[in-house]
Amino acid sequence: MPNTISTDICIIGAGPVGLFAVFEAGLLKLRCHVVDALPQPGGQLSEIYPKKPIYDIPGFPEILAGDLVTNLLKQIEPFHPTFTLGERVERFAKLDDGSFQLYTTDGTEVLCKAVAIAGGLGSFEPRKPAVENLEQFEGGKGVHYMVRDPEHFRGQKIVIAGGGDSALDWTNFLANVASDVTLVHRGTTFRGAADSAEKVKSLAEAGKIKLVLSSNVTHLHGNGKLAAVTITGNDGTAETVPLDHFIPLFGLTPKLGPIGEWNLDLTDDAIVVDTVDYSTSLPGVFAIGDINTYPGKLKLILCGFHEAALMCQGAYKYIYPDKKYVLKYTTVNGVPTM
Amino acid sequence: MQEDIRVYVEEAPGQRRELEAPTDMGLSLMELLKASGYDIMATCGGMALCATCHVEVLAGPALPEPGDDELDMLETLPVVHEGSRLSCQIRLTPRTDGLVVRLAPTGA
Repeated sequence: MPNTISTDICIIGAGPVGLFAVFEAGLLKLRCHVVDALPQPGGQLSEIYPKKPIYDIPGFPEILAGDLVTNLLKQIEPFHPTFTLGERVERFAKLDDGSFQLYTTDGTEVLCKAVAIAGGLGSFEPRKPAVENLEQFEGGKGVHYMVRDPEHFRGQKIVIAGGGDSALDWTNFLANVASDVTLVHRGTTFRGAADSAEKVKSLAEAGKIKLVLSSNVTHLHGNGKLAAVTITGNDGTAETVPLDHFIPLFGLTPKLGPIGEWNLDLTDDAIVVDTVDYSTSLPGVFAIGDINTYPGKLKLILCGFHEAALMCQGAYKYIYPDKKYVLKYTTVNGVPTM
Repeated sequence: MQEDIRVYVEEAPGQRRELEAPTDMGLSLMELLKASGYDIMATCGGMALCATCHVEVLAGPALPEPGDDELDMLETLPVVHEGSRLSCQIRLTPRTDGLVVRLAPTGA
């Protein structure tokens, strides 16, 4: 269903810097909508290292990355930000009145007066194995890089590739859903959670799934739709097996993605900004955090927080060119409500 | 003051670039490669959590064995080689002098 959201600032990226930008914007009574390709807020902190301590957040001698995200979410609660998670901003257009129209991969439309790109190193996308004609079968033609709806595979013949936790977990789960499950792993051992690995082995011994070790999926076959894959062993033996779906699960890796195609000035995949207000080459579009670059840039969360504060001043001036802003301290005035 | 060491990057078959590295700064190989202009993302900053600094060790002195975190991460990659390592987990010390590595293709 088409979904349209109107807001003051659309923040692309729900990492720590994007989240703190909601707070700084809130102090200026600017509303925010946050879009992130990951299904949960927090960016790298939630996705990659939630249990790792961070030691350079001012005021926190030590804080777990996941706890910092929890705190940031609590800090921005008074401003009632809205979120679109699990969708990537795909296209954007600047309208004649200086406002912006953004579209996500799932067709969500965001209308906003300014855009703040806080995209970190880009969006996390599935790591793809090096199989020649993989792309040919993407988009509903038989190759899937994640399992969105297990029911999609009910009664189907599937081959999963990978040796990590997600490959093991989905093999175990889909064993009861799909008609035929094969797990292909290039190694001989699994380092994922021991009980998941044990379950896979016992399912294989019971003949419920097929486990092919020391092997890789090397070729895909089909005419418009995937029909078979070739599994090649490390010893060179090859076997072609018919199937309905191939699910390579090799984790996530960050990609700059469509941001690189928005005609913003870039240097080495980073957006060039003016440090006065972290504005990009396109007025009304700002970039903060790891995604930007300027002389002296340091990729630190604390620098991103500073950038967020200055960015909001710039966004305020862009949205209200005639209003004069007076800095108010939260200690004096508290946090405004919205 | 420790002597600088030399690390070699095989950029194409038979073509090796020599990098000079100090050993008194606690640098990792990933940090040296990034500082030398190689296209390495190192998203996680060196915690063995993203595998974007994957290299293949071709020759050189014996390195300390990879730890559990590194092995777990290497396990998730679609392609690894005998000498596959995460360069963020290789500390540059006088004992790594003469190391020869090749960068894994981006995203692998």
